[in-house]
Amino acid sequence: MGSPHPPADRVYSESHEWHKLDGDVLTLGLTHFAVEQLTDVTYAEMKPVGTKIRPGDPIGEVESVKATSDVYCAAGGEVTEVNAAVKEDPSLLNSDPYGKGWLVKVRVSDRAGLSGCMDAAKYETTFKH
Amino acid sequence: MLRTPLYQSHVEWGGKMVDFAGWEMPILYQRPGGGGGIHDEHHQVRTSGGVFDVSHMGRVKVSGRHARRFLERLCTRKISDMQGGQCRYSLVCHERGGILDDVIVYRMDEDEFLVVVNASNRAKLLAHFERVRAAGELVVKIDDQTESTAMVALQGPKVMELIGKVSREVPTLKRYRFTVKNLLILKLVVSRTGYTGEDGVEVILPAASVGMVMKMLLKDVDLKAADAELKPAGLGARDTLRLEAGMPLYGHELTEETDALSTGLDFAISLDKDQGEWAETFVGMDALRRIRESGGPARKLVGLAIEGKRTARQGMEVVSGSETVGVITSGCLSPTLGRAIAMGYVRAGNSGVGSVMQVGTGRPGAELTATVVPLPFYKAK
Repeated sequence: MGSPHPPADRVYSESHEWHKLDGDVLTLGLTHFAVEQLTDVTYAEMKPVGTKIRPGDPIGEVESVKATSDVYCAAGGEVTEVNAAVKEDPSLLNSDPYGKGWLVKVRVSDRAGLSGCMDAAKYETTFKH
Repeated sequence: MLRTPLYQSHVEWGGKMVDFAGWEMPILYQRPGGGGGIHDEHHQVRTSGGVFDVSHMGRVKVSGRHARRFLERLCTRKISDMQGGQCRYSLVCHERGGILDDVIVYRMDEDEFLVVVNASNRAKLLAHFERVRAAGELVVKIDDQTESTAMVALQGPKVMELIGKVSREVPTLKRYRFTVKNLLILKLVVSRTGYTGEDGVEVILPAASVGMVMKMLLKDVDLKAADAELKPAGLGARDTLRLEAGMPLYGHELTEETDALSTGLDFAISLDKDQGEWAETFVGMDALRRIRESGGPARKLVGLAIEGKRTARQGMEVVSGSETVGVITSGCLSPTLGRAIAMGYVRAGNSGVGSVMQVGTGRPGAELTATVVPLPFYKAK
């Protein structure tokens, strides 16, 4: 189980995705706050590798015992990898949302949307449990 | 919002509290250092034991000279032939045969009963009780004891053995039987009932003694220990457990728009209650008879096995070919079976076991394939 605190090395959207940029490759996942609201995650399906997305587009869906939710990506680009471990065991989202529970990687071509995201401190104060 | 007498315990156990029918209830418990959650609690109940606070359920004492007659008029099931110490599941309908609630009736004495009703229906049922009482000019006292009592369910394969350490009698109870334990000024009603598909008991007790009674019942069990035989379980697990066990839930399978016969709960509906000894007509009986006489209900409640791991949710349409033939009422990824299950109403012609249909998820191309399977999905060994 990772720490519930949002790591400082990434930015956060109001719809509770974290975006971690490494060169032009973005890794995306859901925040601890989001998975707590969802309760036990039972299913995750991301857009397949090669899918082109625009900033703010849905990039997949997650389902929990309680609800089905879209997952959005603040940046635009192309899906390059989907986390197969999460597909196999969606509970990784609950146990390690900032680590092993990452959802998808995107080669970013439009990063404008990322500047509208929050840093970790802002996200944590906005969505304090 | 209302709080049960166990509220402080929920907080101490890490309960994630939500509004349920006006009550602040735990949907799940978070364990210190992470872990826990709905699926863990579900498995805990299936393999060992769980403790549920069900104090939000309504508990209404019905007593007096006409108590029996009053309940015969309310309940779809025969009440008069119940023995003392027996509980019985029944539906309560309105005049058109739609379902107002599903209840458990406890026969405490000749002229004294306890009716356990759904939290979300308590106010509505109390008003209905009063109307039926007044219409029949019945001598009956209706006493809502919900907030002066608590109710706790202990469920799971190890529960009866644990209870056996504090009571020799309780493990000898048959299903749907109860015993009343008088301890000094304290009265406990312990019934071998539940809503999980596992063996276990439900205990009704005075609100003020809940701490003491929990200590007594649980004796050596530390609910917070990682390897405890009994652990707290929340409403989330309660829902997935009851769904695997094929048990209907009010607001999902049972509604005012659902006629009682469509549920297939035939054991709980006696359309001949106006015959023989203690003959009475229950509210909704004539409407239900007309449905039965005109060939039975148009749709039926079925269990559905869903292909894949996506969840079919309440309100999703069930489609056969290009026709909408039904609707999903509940669905989940079954933690025990590892596959998606659902319940729903489908046209009688599509309700046979093996019948294959599609479930519309609201997203084109993402339809789910559903096959009718017998209920329950899960049966305890």
